Amino acid sequence: MSGKPYRLSDAGRLIDRSKRVSFTFDGKTVSGFAGDTVASAVMASGQRVMGRSFKYHRPRGVVGLGSEEMNALIGVGKAERHEPNLLATKVEIFDGLSAVSQNRWPSLNHDIGAINNVLGRFFSAGFYYKTFMWPQAFWKHVYEPFIRQAAGLGKAPTGRDPDVYEQVHVHCDVLIAGAGAAGLAAAEAAAASGLRVIIADENPRLGGLCDIGGGLIDGASPLEWAKTRAAALAAADNVQVLTRTTVAGHFEDNYVLMFERVGDHDPSITAAGTPRHRLWKVRAGQIIIAAGAIERPIAFANNDRPGVMLASAARGLAARYGTAAGVNGVVFTNNDDAYRTALMLKSMGVGVARIIDSRTNPESALIDQAKAAGLDISFGSSIAGVMTSKGGKQIDGIKMSPYNRGRVTNETKVDCDFVAVSGGWNPAVHLWCHNGGKIKFDHELQTYRPDRSPDGLLIAGAANGTFDVPGALAEGYAAGEQAVALLKGKAGKIAKASATQEAQAKLEPIWFAPATGAYNEGDKHFIDQQNDVVASGLELAQREGYESVEHTKRYTTLGMATDQGKTSNILGLGVVAEATGKTIPEIGTTTFRPPYTTVSFGSIAGAHVRDRFLPVRRTAIHDWHVANGADFEPVGQWRRPYCYPKAGEDRHKAVTREILAVRNKVGLLDASTLGKIEIKGPDAGEFLDRMYTNTFSTLKEGRCRYGLMANEMGFLMDDGVTVRVGPEHFIMHTTSGGADRIAGWLEEWLQTEWPDLKVFVTPVTEQWAQFAVAGPNARKVLEKLSGDIDFSAEAFPFMTMKTGTLAGMSVRAYRISFSGELSYEIGVPANQGRALWDAILEAGAAFGIEVYGTEALHVLRAEKGFIIIGDETDNTVTAIDVGLEGLVSKKKRDFIGKRSMEQSFLKMDGRKQLVGLLTEDPNYVLPDGAHALEDATGKPPQKTLGHVTSTYMSPSIGRSIAMALIFNGRARMGETLSFSLDGKVVKAKVVEPVFYDKEGARQNV
Amino acid sequence: MNRYSVFSVARNAMNYNKDWERAWRSPNPKAEYDAVIIGAGGHGLATAYYLAKEHKMTNIAVIEKGWLGGGNTGRNTTIIRSNYLQEPSIAIYELSRSLYEGLSQELNYNMMFSPRGLMMLCQTEHELRALKRTWHANRHAGLDCRMISPKEVKEICPIINDDPNARYPILGAYYQPRGGTGRHDAVAWGYARGADAMGVDIIQNCAVTGIRREGGKVVGVETERGYIKTKRVGVVAAGHTSVVMQMAGVNMPIESVCLQALVSEPIKPVIDCVVMANTVHGYMSQSDKGELVIGGGADSYNNYSQRGSFPALEHTVTALVETFPIISRLRMLRLWGGIVDMTGDRSPILSGTDVEGLYVNCGWGTGGFKAIPGSGFVFADTIANGRPHPIAEPFSLNRFAEGRLIDESVAAAVAH
Repeated sequence: MSGKPYRLSDAGRLIDRSKRVSFTFDGKTVSGFAGDTVASAVMASGQRVMGRSFKYHRPRGVVGLGSEEMNALIGVGKAERHEPNLLATKVEIFDGLSAVSQNRWPSLNHDIGAINNVLGRFFSAGFYYKTFMWPQAFWKHVYEPFIRQAAGLGKAPTGRDPDVYEQVHVHCDVLIAGAGAAGLAAAEAAAASGLRVIIADENPRLGGLCDIGGGLIDGASPLEWAKTRAAALAAADNVQVLTRTTVAGHFEDNYVLMFERVGDHDPSITAAGTPRHRLWKVRAGQIIIAAGAIERPIAFANNDRPGVMLASAARGLAARYGTAAGVNGVVFTNNDDAYRTALMLKSMGVGVARIIDSRTNPESALIDQAKAAGLDISFGSSIAGVMTSKGGKQIDGIKMSPYNRGRVTNETKVDCDFVAVSGGWNPAVHLWCHNGGKIKFDHELQTYRPDRSPDGLLIAGAANGTFDVPGALAEGYAAGEQAVALLKGKAGKIAKASATQEAQAKLEPIWFAPATGAYNEGDKHFIDQQNDVVASGLELAQREGYESVEHTKRYTTLGMATDQGKTSNILGLGVVAEATGKTIPEIGTTTFRPPYTTVSFGSIAGAHVRDRFLPVRRTAIHDWHVANGADFEPVGQWRRPYCYPKAGEDRHKAVTREILAVRNKVGLLDASTLGKIEIKGPDAGEFLDRMYTNTFSTLKEGRCRYGLMANEMGFLMDDGVTVRVGPEHFIMHTTSGGADRIAGWLEEWLQTEWPDLKVFVTPVTEQWAQFAVAGPNARKVLEKLSGDIDFSAEAFPFMTMKTGTLAGMSVRAYRISFSGELSYEIGVPANQGRALWDAILEAGAAFGIEVYGTEALHVLRAEKGFIIIGDETDNTVTAIDVGLEGLVSKKKRDFIGKRSMEQSFLKMDGRKQLVGLLTEDPNYVLPDGAHALEDATGKPPQKTLGHVTSTYMSPSIGRSIAMALIFNGRARMGETLSFSLDGKVVKAKVVEPVFYDKEGARQNV
Repeated sequence: MNRYSVFSVARNAMNYNKDWERAWRSPNPKAEYDAVIIGAGGHGLATAYYLAKEHKMTNIAVIEKGWLGGGNTGRNTTIIRSNYLQEPSIAIYELSRSLYEGLSQELNYNMMFSPRGLMMLCQTEHELRALKRTWHANRHAGLDCRMISPKEVKEICPIINDDPNARYPILGAYYQPRGGTGRHDAVAWGYARGADAMGVDIIQNCAVTGIRREGGKVVGVETERGYIKTKRVGVVAAGHTSVVMQMAGVNMPIESVCLQALVSEPIKPVIDCVVMANTVHGYMSQSDKGELVIGGGADSYNNYSQRGSFPALEHTVTALVETFPIISRLRMLRLWGGIVDMTGDRSPILSGTDVEGLYVNCGWGTGGFKAIPGSGFVFADTIANGRPHPIAEPFSLNRFAEGRLIDESVAAAVAH
């Protein structure tokens, strides 16, 4: 051992001692080496405590080697780049890294919250369901705020994430999750076929536990073989090797999510603009799970003290980073594997005071080696307690006793400053289970292992419960070959390695090691350390009837911490089984759900943030709108000009000016967002007859007709003008917001209900720019433009359509009106839209043309009593309700909604019907959505008579107007309705919902 | 039932918590009950509780295929609100919300109803108008609700993206200050314990395999643990209602789809209200444990598997990263799905049927948790009296034949 007692001089294959790296932990500078993790460097500096637990705020140190860690959670980075709840065992250090401990106040060493530990007996499992109920208001105002402040782990970042993320969509033939011995062998066999292979591993390097797992491959350390294999895979053209990439989730049809941490270990990567994380969405032909296994602890009293860690972690920290878990340790095990820890630590100069083995007289080569190395072994023994000082932050020794399931007798004290514990290994079956794979209990291994997979997943090595190197290699090769065969690929020739490993003595289950004193009184046996779930809590849950494993989990929070039970699930089941005299399979298991380890929300959003989140759809005129000061509003995915305020104008003034321009001169509207769907085919007319409530098959060529579309329930869902262009060709216009939905609706009916109809539906909304030229001067403007279309009243009557040239462009011209004025809509291919727009404006200048926006459009139509789907309708309104019964065919055999419109409630008298409202005070504009009341002077609950659907100040008639849906409205013409608004009663008269030009004279010129 | 209190917690702690009683028994089914409820989710347990408490029907059983509270009751995002648009909806959800206010005390089980406030963002002019309409409807119904300005939105929820140039800028919100969240498991457990204490038999791990009819009447149910005679059956089986009702020969107008939810890792408090962003399809709150609880839209295809599609979830998370930019560096810890029972109008069914003695409570779709107390209360009354409770009446099965639909889609375009 060197001058630094916790940094071994002859170990640490991953660290580069020539490169010092310094970073801060809780503000204190820590010096480590390139290749260190925060955990290995902080521990090498002599610090054990890395965090505080969730409930009792107990001091905690490192337990694991990688993603199974549950205690050493840290926050990394500052301000808007802060990232909480990272595992110190996985965070690779770099110069300037800032790490902080979590869930402690004021500091890691002195945490006020630790009072909870003293009171732990009162804070038993689920205690909060039994108290904090009095007085009632205290939950919200006193108890809960306190609990919330105490709960949570790390802190959120302070602002918007400056880093970028991306997603990759990829297909591959074979996906291999995990690059240990089994995964590498599988990759070699699969890659030899020439098929496309992806192999991904969560660690920075391939090889899994080849460095510390024992055995020999081709007569040498498996690590040497792994390095060779990794190099060969990296060089192969048909193989993609991904490190720092977790296969996080498996979904239907071999859809796999992989989470790659591209730049977390090196800030220069993200500084260069490279995405920080990458989310891979893979569709794999075959999937081979080689995800390895996770070591499980044993529950003994105070097994959470800093310095108690998994045997594999103690071994890995020493071998990989030269970090000693302590000066003198104890190994506690029920299996042979932990002997490797004892042997390795001893060989590196770390003291191993004793191996405590719960088995009675097991025999194996590893045990013989340990004996030969002079290690003290106590068989048939267990740990009955941990002796600590410095408030539980320092281990001074353990209490050892003969292992039996009853009361502890004959305690022996063993001095030590760390404990390496192994209760056996659990296959990482998570991915196997994500999409419904079944697992079965293996009594030999005392754990669950894969059984059946509905997706035909392949699995190899430790993930399959095969823990020895020869077995893992064989299964890996076999899985790779099987994947190739299933894909009907051509098997390639490979020189398979041969592996050997000493036979091991059988594991004997031990879940709970009894403590000194009466059973389960006082000392805590931790199962889920982060959530402070203790064995007595699990037993309490059983006692109280929370026996279903899901109830136990939810009542105690077992397995619900950030590690999602990686080390605690099976241990918890074992403890419950032992306490209740059942077997583990009788207790069952909870469901494994994605993700295997956490996935950043940033990566799930990928590049779809800021202006790429639901990107704005732009019409051909968008830039002109921006340049001319348009005030935009979101409409569906579009942004449409609400109005175009001129200098000194507010919204209201601008809208008023635009409306009056249309009424008195001429206005120009960018109506390009209007849905446009081409409907073609011999059955086009029949199809439209079925989709609309009114008839289209009889429409003559060149004619337009306003159509109403109902859903199956008989309620209005869309409207618009449809034009017959040719015998088998219609152009349907839909609402702007409904364009995509209606296109999908048409396709759904065609594809699922009427595949016999010969019709093509093609949405062409973006292909056309379309403008409304509306107002008394509309004809004059269009006539001023060159072209071959006769815009005269005789040649181009209302509700007809013509094609021709205008201003040198091929256009479709429609004489239709949503304003009640003389009006044309001109459609032109989108790439010519701007040219036509400019031409119309230029021609219109002499006639006082003004552009108008959506609000003017809405007021203009409301003055005319035209409905807007979504304003006057709300999925409960029929054509009859809005006074358009004339558009519901009585002749057609069928159309969507017809059956429902025959239902009693839809035909009933007194339904809500569309009416107009005129307030007594002509300057008072009723608020949006206001409800008329039966008794407006009363107090709630008050019976309402219906609600306002549209309400405006009408510049054309110089007073306020409103449309409303009122119960039995048509029979109430002339009645006065009352509203209760702002504490006052407002009265309005029921009138016909047409406020301007009732005869329709203005468009008929 | 031994009462829970700070004193009982202290007293039991002195004895290392070894003397706590079972929260509910694990009884064997009797040969006959006055009523059998099929399904021990929140709605079924609440129904049993109110049958016993309000109607003194204690010789009843709740029969459950799995473990109690294991379906949608334990899989939702725990939102409680009543600011619905249509009058029948307001009535039942507000009854429910008001029962939640005192439920911990009534059940002597802390289900942690937390009226931390709930806001529905207005992100388009159209949404703003629609929610104003809802507000007027709600205030006339006597609900405590109000429209709030973008400034107030930011004050109540400081982490919200209030950039006026955001893709869908916040134009305001519709706010229910007494809306909030609760602890979902505790609602099921509290009702189970309360019902059990009054003598209701809750029989878990016992699937119903048949409903026996004689003539037009129910006479009993077949179960995995034998035949049980009863004249009244209430089916409360959420996503599996169609399957159970088929056993009595009744076809149900519902579809079952998967709705997913997810949580982040626990963090210190950042959001002390529930935010629903319906235009972009996502909602979020923070649990007492510190996890951000996130939900969004349901899958668009029918499914019984409790596993949803990732694209649906991705859409939700993307919307929320844009709405709450600080969550970008936080992480998804766990996701899950539940099978929700959707009716044509997305409103529930609380109804008798053409089979005498057979009642059904389903169709809560994506919003059933908030309705548990009210639903149980009126369904119990309906079963006990053999006629619909006035609040249940509009939710009858025959509304689909009459076209008397209760459509909320205009008020909330998203699952919740």
